[in-house]
Amino acid sequence: MWRDAMLVAGKDLRIEARSRVATNQVAPFAIVILVLFGFALDPDRGVLGRASAGLFWVAVLLSSLLAVQRSFAVEAGDGAADGLRLSGLDPAGVFLGKAAAVAAQLALLQVVLAIGIVVLYDADLGGPVLLVATCAAATVGLAAAGTVYGVLAAGLKVRETLLPLLLLPVVAPVLLSATRAWEAGMGISVDDGWRWAQLLAVFAVVYVTLGVLAFGALLEES
Amino acid sequence: MAPVVRFRSAVALLGRFPALAGVDLEVGAGEVVLLQGANGAGKTTLLRACAGLVQVVSGQAEVLGHDLLRDRRTVRRSVGLLGHTGTLYDDLSVEDNVRFAVRAGGGDVAAVKPAMARLGVDGRLRTISVARLSAGQRRRVAIAALAARAPALWLLDEPHAGLDAEGRDLLDGLVRSAVTAGATVLLASHEAERASALAGRTAVIGGGRVLQRDAVHVA
Repeated sequence: MWRDAMLVAGKDLRIEARSRVATNQVAPFAIVILVLFGFALDPDRGVLGRASAGLFWVAVLLSSLLAVQRSFAVEAGDGAADGLRLSGLDPAGVFLGKAAAVAAQLALLQVVLAIGIVVLYDADLGGPVLLVATCAAATVGLAAAGTVYGVLAAGLKVRETLLPLLLLPVVAPVLLSATRAWEAGMGISVDDGWRWAQLLAVFAVVYVTLGVLAFGALLEES
Repeated sequence: MAPVVRFRSAVALLGRFPALAGVDLEVGAGEVVLLQGANGAGKTTLLRACAGLVQVVSGQAEVLGHDLLRDRRTVRRSVGLLGHTGTLYDDLSVEDNVRFAVRAGGGDVAAVKPAMARLGVDGRLRTISVARLSAGQRRRVAIAALAARAPALWLLDEPHAGLDAEGRDLLDGLVRSAVTAGATVLLASHEAERASALAGRTAVIGGGRVLQRDAVHVA
């Protein structure tokens, strides 16, 4: 399973490195979202600063849709999905590999967005340990849930419009928990941020487990 | 010796349509069998069922000793399907595509470069993205990936389509080499003359059934 996961993750990341969709489209899209929020709330920079954690995670969530769609779009071309099924790769390995590749892209995206909110919103990223731990748990959860719902939508003609409809409600707890944890980490609120981070970890464990168990059946139906 | 492919009254559905409506077919080890029939006769579905991509819902279906009604995943590492599409990744290079196919199938990566050289997709084509290749070159890459994997059962669906004369000869040579090495081949083709020269016998398919399965070719 781990060998297959490494193989699939390596393949997906190599595709992204060659096509540069993540760097030329997904990352700029995320920055555009931050800039648009800036335009909408510009008259009051205090609001931008206070809302920066939530705006950061909204941008991550919307960008993750593109990353997940891209992850399954590369399997849709020229019968590649048949190739993936025919390869005999362990479905759990395929799930872990695809989720790991999406997670790697999201992690890089979060670095770019973190710089973005510091520059554009004057956000103060104090408490880096909690912020990084939150990012790690949220990234795993988003990538795992995205990969589960991505393969579910992959075989459908309406996948581009269906995926957001399926995925966004499911990852709403990630948005809520990650925002609360970041607000605590940034000193915006006095909540216990680690409890929210723990909730994110539970979400990640649930979706990684679900993906490992169910991905094979979902891949057959896609 | 047990047959490589053994279908008895096998039924497979595409939606509610019985694309295979009681197929009876046996293919022995080392045989090359040509599937012939009109468009929509069930040739592609039969090949995809042999590859474990289409579920056989009733009857008996065994490929390489695997019961496809109970488990259609395990057999996949041992079969190679060359379908209408090439199962290639547009954004990967020629070599990366072939290498991934071989590693995913648990094959020997040492076979990658010789297979690419044999199909003429090495040299300057090696590092080019598949998206930039012509249809014929893409077909050659897909065949190179198949050859490098060296499956026990080759399932070829219109394998000569899109290939130039040299490519067709290369493919025929590859099939003969594979059979010499012990592989079994099931191919569907409308190019009767060329395909018949490869095959030992023909099975004629119509309406999702094998209408005639022992038309022996005289080489």
